[in-house]
Amino acid sequence: MARFGMVIDTRKCVGCMDCVVACKTENNVPEGYNRDWIVTTVNGKYPTLNLEIQSQRCNHCDNTPCVACCPTGASHIHDVGAVVLVEHNMCIGCKACLAACPYDARFIHPEGYADKCTFCIHRVEKGELPACVAVCPTHCMSFGDLDDPESDVSRLIVSRKNHQLLTEAGTSPRIYYLV
Amino acid sequence: MQELTTTRHNPFIDPFTSVWGWEIPVYLFLGGLVAGLMIITGYFILKGKHKNPDSIVHYVPFLSIIFLTIGMFTLFLDLNHKLFVWRLYTTFQITSPMSWGSWILLLVYPALIANILIDPPQILINTFNVVSKWSRVINSKESFMNNIGFLNIIFGILLGVYTGVLLSTMGARPLWNSSVLWLLFLVSGLSTAAAFGHMVAKDVDEREFLAKSDNIFLISEFVVIILMLVGLMSSSQAHIQSAQLLLGGPFTAPFWVFVVGMGIIVPLFIQLLAVNHKIKHTPVAPLLVITGGLVLRFVIVYAGQFSHYINAHFQ
Amino acid sequence: MNHISRRKFLRISGFTVGAVAAASGIGPVLKGAKRINDKRIKGIQKIPTFCDVCFWKCGAIAYLNDGKLWKIEGNPEDPLSKGRLCPRGTGGIGAHFDPDRLRSPLIRTKARGKEEWKEVTWDEALDYIAVKMNKIKTQYGPEAVALFAHGIGGNFIKHTINAFGSQNFAAPSFSQCRGPRDVGFELTYGEAIGSPERTDIENSKCLVLIGSHLGENMHNSQVQEFAEAVQKDAVIIVVDPRFSVAASKAKYYLPIKPGTDIALLLAWMNVIVKEKLYDVDYVTKYGFGFEQFESEINDYTPEWAYPETGIDPDLIRLTAREMSKNKPSTLIHPGRHTSWYGDDAQRSRAIALINALMGSWGRKGGFFYPTKYSVPDYPYPAYPEFKKPKVDNPDKKYPFASEEITTGIRSATITGNPYPIKGWVVCATNLMNALPDQAETTKAIQNLDLMVVIDVIPSEIAGWADVVLPESVYLERYDDLHSSPFKEKFLGIRQPVVESPNDQKPNWWIAKKLADKLGVGNYFPWKDIEEYLEFRLTKIGSSLDELKKKGIIHGQKVPIFFEEGIEPKFDTPSGKIEFYSTQLQQAGFDPVPKYKKPEQPPPGYFRLLFGRSPVHSFSRTQSNRILMDMMEENEIWVNSDIAQKYGLKNAQHVKLKNQDGVVSNKIKVKVTERIRTDCVYMVHGFGHNSRMLKGAFGKGASDAQLITKYVNDPLMGGTGMNVNFVTFETEV
Repeated sequence: MARFGMVIDTRKCVGCMDCVVACKTENNVPEGYNRDWIVTTVNGKYPTLNLEIQSQRCNHCDNTPCVACCPTGASHIHDVGAVVLVEHNMCIGCKACLAACPYDARFIHPEGYADKCTFCIHRVEKGELPACVAVCPTHCMSFGDLDDPESDVSRLIVSRKNHQLLTEAGTSPRIYYLV
Repeated sequence: MQELTTTRHNPFIDPFTSVWGWEIPVYLFLGGLVAGLMIITGYFILKGKHKNPDSIVHYVPFLSIIFLTIGMFTLFLDLNHKLFVWRLYTTFQITSPMSWGSWILLLVYPALIANILIDPPQILINTFNVVSKWSRVINSKESFMNNIGFLNIIFGILLGVYTGVLLSTMGARPLWNSSVLWLLFLVSGLSTAAAFGHMVAKDVDEREFLAKSDNIFLISEFVVIILMLVGLMSSSQAHIQSAQLLLGGPFTAPFWVFVVGMGIIVPLFIQLLAVNHKIKHTPVAPLLVITGGLVLRFVIVYAGQFSHYINAHFQ
Repeated sequence: MNHISRRKFLRISGFTVGAVAAASGIGPVLKGAKRINDKRIKGIQKIPTFCDVCFWKCGAIAYLNDGKLWKIEGNPEDPLSKGRLCPRGTGGIGAHFDPDRLRSPLIRTKARGKEEWKEVTWDEALDYIAVKMNKIKTQYGPEAVALFAHGIGGNFIKHTINAFGSQNFAAPSFSQCRGPRDVGFELTYGEAIGSPERTDIENSKCLVLIGSHLGENMHNSQVQEFAEAVQKDAVIIVVDPRFSVAASKAKYYLPIKPGTDIALLLAWMNVIVKEKLYDVDYVTKYGFGFEQFESEINDYTPEWAYPETGIDPDLIRLTAREMSKNKPSTLIHPGRHTSWYGDDAQRSRAIALINALMGSWGRKGGFFYPTKYSVPDYPYPAYPEFKKPKVDNPDKKYPFASEEITTGIRSATITGNPYPIKGWVVCATNLMNALPDQAETTKAIQNLDLMVVIDVIPSEIAGWADVVLPESVYLERYDDLHSSPFKEKFLGIRQPVVESPNDQKPNWWIAKKLADKLGVGNYFPWKDIEEYLEFRLTKIGSSLDELKKKGIIHGQKVPIFFEEGIEPKFDTPSGKIEFYSTQLQQAGFDPVPKYKKPEQPPPGYFRLLFGRSPVHSFSRTQSNRILMDMMEENEIWVNSDIAQKYGLKNAQHVKLKNQDGVVSNKIKVKVTERIRTDCVYMVHGFGHNSRMLKGAFGKGASDAQLITKYVNDPLMGGTGMNVNFVTFETEV
């Protein structure tokens, strides 16, 4: 079974938020809510600085506290690519998954259910890339099967130095940031 | 210096998590209180206290079911997708404390009802014909009574433990992610329950017993709090920072003043004097304990959501 | 297309909008929506068009879902976007849904600038304009009407104004933006940079950015190529007083003192020449006046530049050598918004000269020779003879101005010299925020007999109009054909994707209708724009249908570099690359750029710098709800040490007061290490004070408001705007 993940090259990313805008229009994410977002970290003292920009979203973790804590099974791991999804009609809006996510990747949609990045599974199942990946003007994002050693994402992970987010939270996140 | 900025601005998530408002702490408090009351009344039944017509066993179970229902209602109020609440009972999710909790509540209700049926209030007898019949059946055999007492203790413990486990399984919130949180909530539930019993007890011996038990629970609660903080402070950076929310951080004052000071130390002192007959029993100490228990849930729920693996909260 | 019947429920004559615009708007929107519903096509429709959120004009494909505008993506056939739009383009659909849009023609009911209006019909509005314009014509001559426009939408209006008899037209894109750069390069190579920039960033092995913040400015092709250069490990050198996103990708970051770029450039040239690091063959073959140039720059050592620029001499030498190592694929980027200090054409010339030393002009990884799909013009009748010269640059005061100067028209409007200007037509450019010194702009407006604004949103300048005409947004209209000078020939079409929600009209319709009313309807011999486009497209063997289906057609590949066979020819007086400019010398200017110390801020004041955000274009997208959601206010960047000194906390609000006592709207402080201690920075385009622009009103501060001072570039009339100083007012 495929295990979808993303590799994002922070050297190429300029933090333009195109991924965020594309996600909004593709998925009709309501105004004031984000399924993905940009985090900028600056270290150092002017003019000797280091700046890293990350396009962040749900990490579609291998170890999913959000799915584990869901009392109804609404949060689940999808058959295709082990993508973490929420079945809106099963969600009671208890917000346990929001609290359980160390990345704060989830939110309550104005209609009441827990919502988050889907890796654009509706596009991926048609053979397209997620909207954020497809739109990126810097081509800094790659998407694919982490279990396939020949995939772009697998190759990038072995060939470039990279890190994941908050590995100490024990979630085994599937988004890798190249540095 | 590190500058961290995010463009995310999700309601109740940014700048820090606050997805659970007053409803959850109130529910957790009432759940803990009811758990404590079930354990205490169950214990009293096993000890045959129901033979004493003045015993709290005769009226506290009915109050418990009211408290629990209020708690369930606040829990319901918290849900954002209310029309789908029935989904809780079409599945059992073994890894989800909330799923466990919803099924435990289904077991707690029959146990409480059975407990009520030992001496049902007049209003129930008048409303439902079967009540007096069942009450007679229950009272007919001592083994029935023992089973009811036993079940109330078991389900009371389950309920009390669950309110803590619900939070402590959330690895994302370092403050909650403590292996003694269940014990803290259980002991706190017992202490508020004992305080409540102490306040409403009619029988002098029972009152004296409940006050003495409460003192033990309060001391245990204090010890558990210290153990929890020690545990957190000796863990990872994120856990240390979460403990610091209570040790100098924004939640320090409510925690040490209302939970520890007014909720444990002061009532413990008053009750020690009372049980040693230096002063009279008054509702002051029990009310302080109950308030402390409520504030504890608020502090833990709010500070826990605030606690985070990312070491800076976004501005 | 635009049915008259739809207008009947929009006619609420005499109804005062402004404060109650929402109430008056609800009716038309609902009814309009219903009408579109009637003919909704089920499922997904894809309609090619091109973007209009900025001037880059990327090819795009709009998606409708059950007849409702859903999203917009890049057209993979488009060489500019290569199938990927920038965030503003992706969020462009928000322009269609913007609740603050202009809905119907408005005529002013109170004093100018009070923003009190009545809604009128198009006939009433255009009649009003035509009567006033004809009156101005009789009294002062047709040239007393001037046009300000930006973008492709202005083409048809310009045609109407020309037909009317005025050639007074200017765009802020010249004197407030890229003009100095184009003039500097023209003086050196005989050719301007143009738009899109003729820079081959993707093949560049060493890219030098001087104040250019690629990545924050989202000129799509450039950002894509920039990322590619980063991936290919090109050496990036960034010169900026602010640690920009581009700076974070750089191997060398030069934290320059603002206004001293020419000193750095001279020092670089000094090193390059002294160490013989330049492309000797190239310079010998194509250069003119190299020896004079060499002796002119002889004294500008890195040690000389150090106290001026604050850049370590060793770093200047190191970067000069690094540039040379990668020549000729070393691109010193010419920038785009270059009107900074008033010496900008000379600074751009210095940039042009370093490029010449690297031999990058006409070479891969440097500057290419753009090619353009050429389509014959529509055969219009000749314009009436223009009896007076253009008003903006009397007596060639700015001898090297290659386009018209906006502020020149403005001062003619104020002074009446060389002749009076009594009517302004402003099309899709927010002059209040584009031109420096707002007081001068309002003063000019008060001298007018007619002030017309054609726009999609109620910008600040619309607030000052007598008549406001609501234009359809780009997703609702046809426009002129689009062919940009670029690496390959291509031709794009814009076509309506959805209907305008209210009574908005496309600019071609407005231009044609106005021409009719002015009695010059014979200049629009075509019935509608489809006929116009069909006519032009038939001339190149294509058709409107083909373009509507494909969105973009390509021309033949042609060489664009010397290596590929381009003949190295330079349209300068010497026919060569002019290291020494005799035309500058003859006009009394420095034939080789010289450095002049910039004025320094008084104690307690900081130089105000401004730039772009990747999610907004100028001051025209802040009410687009999708883009507003990305960034709804700007921040003032303040160095951490300065913030500490002044007791400023991150995210606190302050007001800014400039050297002339002008106080800004309140703005959030961003305490950061990413900027020098002698300047502050904000993103341009925020701090709207147009009351009709509800979503954006009062959010952030406006740099334009604080730019009360500007320095004219003596060569070409550009307005250097980075010469204002601000201090903090913490009482908010």
